[in-house]
Amino acid sequence: MSLFTLLRLAFRVIARNKARAMLTVLGIVIGVAAVIAMVALGTGAQQNIAKQIASLGSNLIILIPGTTNVAGVRGGGGSSTTVDVDDIEALRREVKSISLIAPANRQQVQIVAGDANWGTTVQGTTPAFYTVRDWGVENGAPHSDLDEASMNKVCVLGKTVATELFGTDDPVDKWVRIKKVPFRVIGVLVAKGQSPMGTDQDDTVLIPFSVYRQRMAGTQRDQIQAAYAAAIDANSAQAAVDDMTAVLRQRHHLRESAEDDFSIRNLADIAAASREVSESMTLLLGSIAGVSLLVGGIGIMNTMLVSVTERTREIGIRMAVGAKARDILVQFLVEAVVLSAIGGAIGVAFGWWVARLLSDTTGWVTVFDPGIAALAFAVSGAVGVFFGFWPARRAARLDPIDALRYE
Amino acid sequence: MSDTPVIDTVGLSKVYATGDTPVVALADVTLQVHRGEFVAVVGASGSGKSTFMNLIGLLDRPSHGVLRLDGVDVARLTSNQRAMVRNHKVGFVFQGFNLLRRTSAMENVELPLLYAGVGARARAQAAATALTQVGLGERMGHMPNQLSGGQQQRVAIARALVNQPALLLADEPTGNLDSTTTREILKLFVDLNVNHGITVVMVTHEQDVAAVSRRVVQFKDGHVVMDGPPPETWTPAVEVPWRAAKVQGAA
Repeated sequence: MSLFTLLRLAFRVIARNKARAMLTVLGIVIGVAAVIAMVALGTGAQQNIAKQIASLGSNLIILIPGTTNVAGVRGGGGSSTTVDVDDIEALRREVKSISLIAPANRQQVQIVAGDANWGTTVQGTTPAFYTVRDWGVENGAPHSDLDEASMNKVCVLGKTVATELFGTDDPVDKWVRIKKVPFRVIGVLVAKGQSPMGTDQDDTVLIPFSVYRQRMAGTQRDQIQAAYAAAIDANSAQAAVDDMTAVLRQRHHLRESAEDDFSIRNLADIAAASREVSESMTLLLGSIAGVSLLVGGIGIMNTMLVSVTERTREIGIRMAVGAKARDILVQFLVEAVVLSAIGGAIGVAFGWWVARLLSDTTGWVTVFDPGIAALAFAVSGAVGVFFGFWPARRAARLDPIDALRYE
Repeated sequence: MSDTPVIDTVGLSKVYATGDTPVVALADVTLQVHRGEFVAVVGASGSGKSTFMNLIGLLDRPSHGVLRLDGVDVARLTSNQRAMVRNHKVGFVFQGFNLLRRTSAMENVELPLLYAGVGARARAQAAATALTQVGLGERMGHMPNQLSGGQQQRVAIARALVNQPALLLADEPTGNLDSTTTREILKLFVDLNVNHGITVVMVTHEQDVAAVSRRVVQFKDGHVVMDGPPPETWTPAVEVPWRAAKVQGAA
């Protein structure tokens, strides 16, 4: 029999018992819809995280000094003073797998502009920072090497700080005071949004590193709290970490057995780790949804078994006029697949609608992935084959004489 | 080739192994039916006549013996091959019509062609021809439940004929019909046999139905106990050319 004939027959049989068909495919509908909605949510979350990590800068490597250990009391990361400006200089000179490195020391300050003031973080850093962190200036200009060299008291405001101090006014060429030192505003950073840790990256002020050392650092002029480096490309990020580690260990005269007194993290690793988390989250949600697909399949099997029993006589008639076992098998299999594919199609539409509803009402990002929709639909078809096979084989194995006599 | 029997059995037996003692439903039946014959198979219930029909219709498998249909040994075929023989060589007519419900007369008749792999257009043409042949040319789109018993049986006969089988097997074809309709169906069988040369084997337990045939085979306890033309004393339900004088005499 041609596929067209088989499909027409299957649709006709299903149409005869619409209520039963609808109830049967409900399990598949819910299963597929759940898979679609869950994966849409998971993928949305994944993209969100990826976007946040990308906002930190590309090929980014973060160096912070090790922890202090005073009589067994360990301070947090960056609490020690094991990395100094000479280390940064050495890294810049010696490590070929990084293109740029920018120290970044910071402290909490109160910044004043006219009669407005705002508590924020001031960061002393070099012009390399803008490139390493992939952070542009939308208004004005970043500070330059000349500013570093001449210790010009200029600053670049984060978007949040600019808004808090100047509202809608243009802050460029206005003056602010940080720790009583007047700084001229030369630029405003492009808004970056939240960091993956949830802090507002735009709530900051950048000043030249040389100025920071002289005017802000107090006695700890040579210490480095953090440095950002850029690997020459994404593939050499790990090599860069290894090279930097080697240089620093040598400079710090660490023995083979000694632990690093600093920590270097590669953003690609951080990104990979968080991607892994969100991927396994998506997988988990998807497989929970997949279980309902399984339950839906059992529903189809149940209905097909009932159908085979009800239609024993029909099977007998078909066999008597020449249907082979295979013809009967295929007929019932196609029926099961059509049932589950109907469920799959409704499920895809329903799941898409649920995902839309979720993102509209909760503001979560959802991403409808056509590939996943196609996969879920294909899986629902496969569920039909898998759960329809046994009932169909039962039908095909009937003895014609018994089937004809069945009342 | 023309003298190849349509049905040729040698020592055909069917034993059911139910319970402690095996039940012999058919014992050592050796029989030949030639092309163009019209055979009535008679006997009490349990005599083996239905078993015989199921065996030659390839719905059931014999326990022993040789069974040739149209010269082909069919006793030891695979179930697929049996399905093909059922499809090509045998047309069935049942007491209960056995039409597919909620399926038009046309589609019911097309069914054997569907499994023979005939294309849609040729199917429709052959089914229309077969339905016209049984006098239902006007009702091809009707569903079985819109047809009378006699009309349903005509659809079943059209279905049996549509593949141009060597043999038409009818199992109590008039069992569910009133006497008027019975006569219509029997006239149809006679017409098919006389004018179209179709070989008919018909199971019945009614004497006047059996009397329509050219040859009566009587079963008892799994054996053939009588084989020959219907006795002169049996009055056929309808006029048949080979006994025209008798009917006229009776009337």
